[in-house]
Amino acid sequence: MTAASVINRRSFLVASLAGGAALTFEASLAIAATPAASDPVALGVYIRIAADNTVNISSRNPEIGQGIKTMLPMLIAEELDVAWDQVRITQADGDAKRYGFQIAGGSTATPTQWLPMRQAGAAARAMLVAAAAKQWSVDAATLTTDAGSVIHKASGRTVTYAALAAVAATVPAVDLAKVPLKDPATFRIIGKSVRGVDTPAIVRGTPLFGIDTMLPGMLHAALVKCPVIGGTLASFDDAAVRKIPGILAVVPISSGQVPAGKHDALAIVGQSWWTASKAREKLVAKWDTAEQTGFSTAGYAKQAAALLAAAPQADLFKAGNADAALAKAAKVVTADYSYPFLAHATLEPQNCTAQWSADGKIEFWAPTQAPEWGRKEVATMLGIAPEAITIHMTRIGGGFGRRLMNDYMVLAGQVAKAMPGRPIKLVFDRTDDLRNDYYRPAGWHRMTAGLDEKGALVALKDHFVTFAAGGKPVRAAEMNSTEFPGPVVPDTHFGQSFLATNLTTGWLRAPTSNAMAFVFQGFLDEVAEAAGIDLPELMRRTLGVPRELKPEEGDPPFHTGRARAVIDAVCKFAAWTGKPSSTPGKGRGFGFYFSHRGYFAEIVDVTVTDGAVKVDKVWIAGDIGSQVINPLNAEHQMQGAAIDGLAQALVWQPVVQEAGAVMAENFGDFPLLRLDAVPGDVAITWVKTDFPPTGLGEPTLPPVIPATANAIRAATGKRLRSLPLTLA
Amino acid sequence: MAVALTVNRKKRMVEADPEKPLLWVLREDLSLVGTKFGCGAGLCGACTVLLDGVAVRSCQTPISEAAGKQVVTIEDVASLPVGKKVVDAWVELDVPQCGYCQAGQIMSATALLTDTPKPGPDDILAGMNGNICRCATYLRIQKAIRKAAGMGEPA
Ligand code: FES
Ligand code: FES
Repeated sequence: MTAASVINRRSFLVASLAGGAALTFEASLAIAATPAASDPVALGVYIRIAADNTVNISSRNPEIGQGIKTMLPMLIAEELDVAWDQVRITQADGDAKRYGFQIAGGSTATPTQWLPMRQAGAAARAMLVAAAAKQWSVDAATLTTDAGSVIHKASGRTVTYAALAAVAATVPAVDLAKVPLKDPATFRIIGKSVRGVDTPAIVRGTPLFGIDTMLPGMLHAALVKCPVIGGTLASFDDAAVRKIPGILAVVPISSGQVPAGKHDALAIVGQSWWTASKAREKLVAKWDTAEQTGFSTAGYAKQAAALLAAAPQADLFKAGNADAALAKAAKVVTADYSYPFLAHATLEPQNCTAQWSADGKIEFWAPTQAPEWGRKEVATMLGIAPEAITIHMTRIGGGFGRRLMNDYMVLAGQVAKAMPGRPIKLVFDRTDDLRNDYYRPAGWHRMTAGLDEKGALVALKDHFVTFAAGGKPVRAAEMNSTEFPGPVVPDTHFGQSFLATNLTTGWLRAPTSNAMAFVFQGFLDEVAEAAGIDLPELMRRTLGVPRELKPEEGDPPFHTGRARAVIDAVCKFAAWTGKPSSTPGKGRGFGFYFSHRGYFAEIVDVTVTDGAVKVDKVWIAGDIGSQVINPLNAEHQMQGAAIDGLAQALVWQPVVQEAGAVMAENFGDFPLLRLDAVPGDVAITWVKTDFPPTGLGEPTLPPVIPATANAIRAATGKRLRSLPLTLA
Repeated sequence: MAVALTVNRKKRMVEADPEKPLLWVLREDLSLVGTKFGCGAGLCGACTVLLDGVAVRSCQTPISEAAGKQVVTIEDVASLPVGKKVVDAWVELDVPQCGYCQAGQIMSATALLTDTPKPGPDDILAGMNGNICRCATYLRIQKAIRKAAGMGEPA
């Protein structure tokens, strides 16, 4: 082995998970000088084996309710070959140096961690087996493992992992890439239904969430934010506030959304959040919002209409000559689709606790979906080194993409710095939360399709009006140039035109897909109708032979065969006939979408009575590859995602902006879906394929929205092209 | 003002502004953070507790109104026979996703089943529609209520 390859292997180990193994193992060697027999022994960064043979596994990713704190340890435990009831689970800190990049986003945990977590477990198992081989002077290949013990069948000897751990920690680290993994047919934990590890604590009301953080000497902070996003603090008078008993300070701070040196918020710090929150009435603040007051919901709609009437400002995708093909088409279908700005409305309002210490370091207890992004922003805002920041990840009361943004960390960090030595818990109230979101951006689409005499889709145009800054769509306002069926239609033109906004935008569960699915599958339902067929049949014809379509750089390819299979599966599952219901007011609609590597086809049954839409049932067929890791949780995520999609389709109201300011105040004007709108059932079927397992928290959501719109069309004859779907 | 009340079977004395909502007294003065803040406006149900056996929104209940009364929160709901059944059903069916709404859901379900031991769909709707679950765990919530009530699945 050359020096370079040694270094490479070493850096590979350090960069990946066994690197943790290699590092911790050195650390554990250092400790090994005087080990107390009862101390747990670390085997890699994730695994600690205790004297009673319980195994503590760290879960690396933020838990937002997607079940990751249970699932990632399942992968490790499987390959480590321990029984699930031996496993105890700890939430890891946010620490990319130790764990690699940690995120709850993009349904990425399964595709990115499926192998590394199993390898981490298998590597530790291999070290334990090597230790037993050494102890018994037998060939490691003659040893097996079961439920946390190593077994030598020939001699009938058995030894627990606990008894081997100290020696195992000293055997050479295993090459993760080469460590053998189990044959899936022998899985005993993966593929079994496992309850959430925190469920017992949740039902007892145990402190778990960011907002539950309690620390000695902790103070509470309420937020006074500029009512207009992007506006800045001009002046303030806090004399009256400071007179209130229990109020300690008023601190000007910045969300990071305004130029450096400016402030766009004040924090009122007190002994009680309720006192601080109430004190806001007495605070006089003047804001400079002149640059933002021109932005409004009505204004965007007017500008979008004008832009749609003109040619697109920029091309996104062009194949052939869509205009020429449309001129020759036997039939042309055209329709405008639109959707509004939406908030995330996580039930746990944004909050964060921070403590600045005398040595210039800061510690966070943060409900964040992306701790490293938070670290970066805090370091910049406070002018400190990223290493001076410690991040503890709390359980998160709903993410949906809101907490990929870390404004609450930046805000709390500044308050903490102003109050050194005291932990500060900053809590948004519901109005702060709704008015200071990173909104799902609104969008407008003028869709045009051409059919030939046989009813085949031969031309397609989309003029997309979206929000941009500096000629580029803002966060989550972009459209994919390969949006299906663009690339398979001979003559296609996707063009874009841009609007400006002061609103901060961001990723909402299945970002962009939640909007595009509605537009494209809703419109294709119209195209199918014009062709005299149903949408599943139009999709089959358009998908063509099974093959992979080239994605945008860095994206996974779209496999037309996998799409076709879930479409066929859901049609069979729901006994889809494509024929109208014989019962007046009843209708069913179909929708398909591919996102986050997952293929989902869904059917929605509705009953419309006096203009009120009731969803009776949702049928889902999904392909997320070869393995559903935790079926109990998978079902729950999919049912939740489908109902979340129904909320966007039928319940949520647009985030309205007037004179620059978001008007939403609480759940009265940004209503969430309640029990009365829940369908009777959300039924699920799987299409298992040989592809590696991928996530499902997001890709389940998009198809339900067009399927609902298409069902309303079937039930009433009315084509609804704007969200939320409203029958006048 | 000083307020005497019973919380989770213990007599407590708190010194607070009479207007301070019970929610914030529980969370800040008594360190019982199981009861959650979701909207502060009586719209989400996350803060539901039992006040003399009745489900109330603690964010809308000034502490002065709780004086001399019995408060049961999520931390002790399992000490009630019905509460125990509800909590057990919740665990068995693994109802929570993020879990943030679940304290409120369990308190409302306990009140519902105490008043109506065998609730029909309309009873469940009436008892639970004030409790929002942003993660949409509603199918399991309904199932767990029926399970706690010893009822089978609806036909
Ligand atoms: S916090 Fe009390 S009802 Fe929402
Ligand atoms: S479980 Fe997340 S809000 Fe209900």
